[in-house]
Amino acid sequence: MYQAIVFLPLLGAVLAAIISLAGARARCPGENPPPGGEDAAHGGSSPTERETALSQAHEHAPAAAGSRAAELATTTFLMAAMILSWIAFVEVGFGGHEVRVPIFPWMIVGDLTVDWSLRIDTLTAVMLVVVNTISALVHLYSIGYMAEDPYRPRFFGYLSMFTFAMLMLVTADNLVQLFFGWEGVGLASYLLIGFWYHKPEANAAAIKAFVVNRVGDFGFALGIFAVFMLAGAVDFDTVFAQAPALAGRSLHFFFWDIDALTLTCLLLFMGAMGKSAQFLLHTWLPDAMEGPTPVSALIHAATMVTAGVFMVARLSPLFELAPHAQAFVTFIGATTALFAATIGLVQNDIKRIIAYSTCSQLGYMFVAMGLGAYSVGMFHLFTHAFFKALLFLGSGSVIIAMHHEQDIRHMGGLKDRLPFTYIVMIVGTLALTGFPLTAGYFSKDAIIEATYVAHNPMALYASVTTVSAALLTSFYSWRLIFKTFHGEPHDRVHWRNAHESPLVMLIPLGALALGSIVAGLPFKEIFAGHGVAAFFRESLTVAKSNHVLEDMHGVPLALGLLPTIMMVIGFAIAWQFYVRRPDIPVELARQHEVLYRFLLNKWYFDELYEAIFVRPAKRLGYALWKGGDGWLIDGFGPDGVSSRVLDVTRNVIRLQTGYLYHYAFAMLIGAAIFITWFMFAVR
Amino acid sequence: MTWPILSVVTFLPLVGALFIMLVRGDAPFARGTARWVALWTTLVTFAISLVLVARFDPASPEFQFVEKQSWLGIANYHMGVDGISLPFVILTTGLMPICILASWTAIQNRVKEYMIAFLVLETLMVGTFSALDLVLFYLFFEGGLIPMFLIIGVWGGPRRVYASFKFFLYTLLGSVLMLLAIMAMYWNAGTTDIPALLRHGFPLALQKWAWFAFLASFAVKLPMWPVHTWLPDAHVEAPTAGSVILAAILLKMGGYGFLRFSLPMFPVASHDFAPLIFTLSVVAIVYTSLVALMQEDMKKLIAYSSVAHMGFVTMGIFAATTQGVAGGIFQMISHGIVSAALFLCVGVVYDRMHTREIAFYGGLVNRMPLYAFVFMVFTLANVGLPGTSGFIGEFLSLIGTFRINIPVATLATLGVILSAAYALWLYRKIVFGVLKPTVAGIRDIGWREAVIFAPLVALTILIGVAPKPVLDMSAASVAQLLDSYGRAVKAAAAEESVRDLARIDQPVRPVR
Repeated sequence: MYQAIVFLPLLGAVLAAIISLAGARARCPGENPPPGGEDAAHGGSSPTERETALSQAHEHAPAAAGSRAAELATTTFLMAAMILSWIAFVEVGFGGHEVRVPIFPWMIVGDLTVDWSLRIDTLTAVMLVVVNTISALVHLYSIGYMAEDPYRPRFFGYLSMFTFAMLMLVTADNLVQLFFGWEGVGLASYLLIGFWYHKPEANAAAIKAFVVNRVGDFGFALGIFAVFMLAGAVDFDTVFAQAPALAGRSLHFFFWDIDALTLTCLLLFMGAMGKSAQFLLHTWLPDAMEGPTPVSALIHAATMVTAGVFMVARLSPLFELAPHAQAFVTFIGATTALFAATIGLVQNDIKRIIAYSTCSQLGYMFVAMGLGAYSVGMFHLFTHAFFKALLFLGSGSVIIAMHHEQDIRHMGGLKDRLPFTYIVMIVGTLALTGFPLTAGYFSKDAIIEATYVAHNPMALYASVTTVSAALLTSFYSWRLIFKTFHGEPHDRVHWRNAHESPLVMLIPLGALALGSIVAGLPFKEIFAGHGVAAFFRESLTVAKSNHVLEDMHGVPLALGLLPTIMMVIGFAIAWQFYVRRPDIPVELARQHEVLYRFLLNKWYFDELYEAIFVRPAKRLGYALWKGGDGWLIDGFGPDGVSSRVLDVTRNVIRLQTGYLYHYAFAMLIGAAIFITWFMFAVR
Repeated sequence: MTWPILSVVTFLPLVGALFIMLVRGDAPFARGTARWVALWTTLVTFAISLVLVARFDPASPEFQFVEKQSWLGIANYHMGVDGISLPFVILTTGLMPICILASWTAIQNRVKEYMIAFLVLETLMVGTFSALDLVLFYLFFEGGLIPMFLIIGVWGGPRRVYASFKFFLYTLLGSVLMLLAIMAMYWNAGTTDIPALLRHGFPLALQKWAWFAFLASFAVKLPMWPVHTWLPDAHVEAPTAGSVILAAILLKMGGYGFLRFSLPMFPVASHDFAPLIFTLSVVAIVYTSLVALMQEDMKKLIAYSSVAHMGFVTMGIFAATTQGVAGGIFQMISHGIVSAALFLCVGVVYDRMHTREIAFYGGLVNRMPLYAFVFMVFTLANVGLPGTSGFIGEFLSLIGTFRINIPVATLATLGVILSAAYALWLYRKIVFGVLKPTVAGIRDIGWREAVIFAPLVALTILIGVAPKPVLDMSAASVAQLLDSYGRAVKAAAAEESVRDLARIDQPVRPVR
């Protein structure tokens, strides 16, 4: 069964790839060059005409053959995997049947052993459910969303490939397989962001996503090396068994002695920061919105970006032994939660608002991870997957209805045209902002409660930022709703043509809306209540001194109500600003122009990185190429030597003048020098 | 084993070359014959070399398929392979048919001579990897220069004369020093037999300067920074198949040399000078990756990325840990496949458009989807994505180095970020985007090219997912190599400490 869960998506991906490649072959045969040769221009149209025709070719090309087959195959496989995942969830979580499925050895080199194998414990089972459920729904939704795209086999192949990589990630039994899944989802993300490859922004965003993630992976890889050096193994069981013995050991890292486990955890966490778009390594996520919307829902909201959170939970036995690293995780998470929310306040692109919201919510999860409340963080991951995927897919429905318009300033009044989308978006927003009894309410409040009681040096800071972020979250989420669905339509033509999405897209929306409501209460006990220990068992390790989960229940009611109060205030302000007095925000932005620009330009992080990393790297590369290779090495090396040799020969040639008196003179001088030397030196 | 299988693999291409020589004239028929003879010769050679794999015993660290004939008095004709050399022999024989196929239509003048040059080169390359006598090794190693010099100089691009001389002089200069070291080794040990030299144990003074002499030769070949500048020029001017052989096999001779000579014969020197190699490796990785970012010529970019990838090899080898050395070997095999394939990818568009300028291309995916797929696979392998062969080598060499030198491994890991930047940038510029009007008529890869790429794609993924057979092939030999290396270094360290103790003792004694 577990093999089926993981490999069905792979099978789907391979099938779709074959269909896609076969279709490509039929479209662009390799043999028989066109008459007139390949480099000869096609007759007829002028270059500019042809260029515009080609740029639109992506939209207007006929659908690739076998599109329907690829869609149905991948979606069916994913549906099957989803059903099996829920069975696994029950069996492993409640039945206690933890499983290891060895596949085959990957590398065995000296004392390093790396196997391909599946590790199914509760933590994995939770992720299996999240990944496969969202993925199956997104596959289904995409059948409608991508209906006009000619390259659907490729799209569905990428989606399924992503799912496979994500499943390999969550079922990993060792750090290297985790890294395989990690980079695999990164690849899928790269390919899907750049799916519309004729768009320059999409290509740029794709590369940015991959390279920024690589910066994180740089740390992750070093973390793996450090683990191997310390524990002599990379498989989780051995490493976790060794971990307590490693506490207190220090490592010489550059000119600096540092606690070995702290360093290791920080390095590994760097990977998590990249993948989960945390503060400093977050810049790729908003740009990733260039990809098709279902991709944003699946990869950049519900699953891939939560991989970092999963990683910290998986490595809880290490992090529990490294309190400094935990404090750092909390700090980064808390900072991101607030920081991303501030940017979300003023963005105008519907998808980017939700992207910053994702970033911020991931910060919440990391706060929980840093505080040692792993199951609580996992709870938020679980509920967030539903409502955030819902918000993205809902906005996808809006975008389709508005003919690919994404700017909320051009929307408005859509609630009459898209009633179903409107309702599910409201449900998603309620869950996101933590309206009582929705899924988000339970998980987010649990995180905030954990910050009150934890003994982490960053706990107070985390309390302040997460509570403030709750206010901001409520404000920007309702701002999005009000500007999109309420008020007067700003674009009459699009508004009149807007129509509700087809059923194949509405069904996943409905399912996710249901999930956004019911994913909370029934699961509260096992994620954040008294059932945690029985449910997660060994898959999460909590140090003996860590009482966060128990203490959480003793939080005073007033404090417990704080996030809800914040939510109400945020809603009220948004209502005042965007429904009753739309002139206020305009006025505010005018009065505080500097602040507004600062937020609108995302704290100028892109500009900063461009100035301190990208441009210097390019300049350095150019200098090393022309100056280092060209001037220094070649100039003093081969080219220099050869031209010196040429100089010398040229001079030697000049000596041979052919005049007898020159030679005679040279002989005389030589004889004089020789005699002088003989007289003075040789005694 | 009744027939000299290794000699057959080595010299069969020479027989094919002789046969082509017999074909007269330059008519289309003669050219066709030359191509087919070359293809069949290389295919049969490859098939026979697979017998080597089948009969090879990976559990034994000893040399196998050994042949020994007396020859020349001081030197013997002594051939054999172990787990370190066999992978390179197979890589060579396996890539040759691909090179011949890649030149099928691209080479139209002097086809006979071209095929002869390649077949002779194959003999010399296989010989280099299987020679068990220093003199024999030197002959093969240096002999390989001549056909490569001709391939670049005769069938190369516009600046081929400059490039071929640069290549020749650089490598020759290194080799002269190696020849001196070989003579010194003969006077010291009284033999040029490699297995005997491996057991000999050279005095420390000789070890040190001989190590440098060998370094001069192998560093140029590999190439290591700062003696790498011949490589971009040679690649740019060489015909596609020439680049393939250069990147895939000739560079590996340097790494093989380190493993066969420097590490086992001069272990103490290798240990003492490892920091030098580490420094050069890290500089190579970071420096050439940065340079690669700024390239305007496809081949130059891949050439610079080759130098960076070879940095991982030298770093791993001189880390002298099991993972480091195994990673170094695997990285060479992987790079042999991947860089070969990348140069073939460049060749595909060069054959059609006759330019390698990156800015000339754009949006090829619109007309060449299959090509886009193939190119993507190799780009990812070049980036070292897990699941491709490129990952295994980089990962193992880094993890092996991290154990003994954290800063070096850390700085080298920076290459992982940079490689993603330059490789994906290249891919984006050429393949993605809107189709440029200048390449609007370009056609996708044909059947011949598909046949070339299919095995390379399959291998890249296969040995990335299941690298065990390749790793196992050399495991025993690597273990033995490191075992004797470790003992030699320990013995030297013990001797050193005794000497230190003696020096410390001195002042204690009464001074007279």
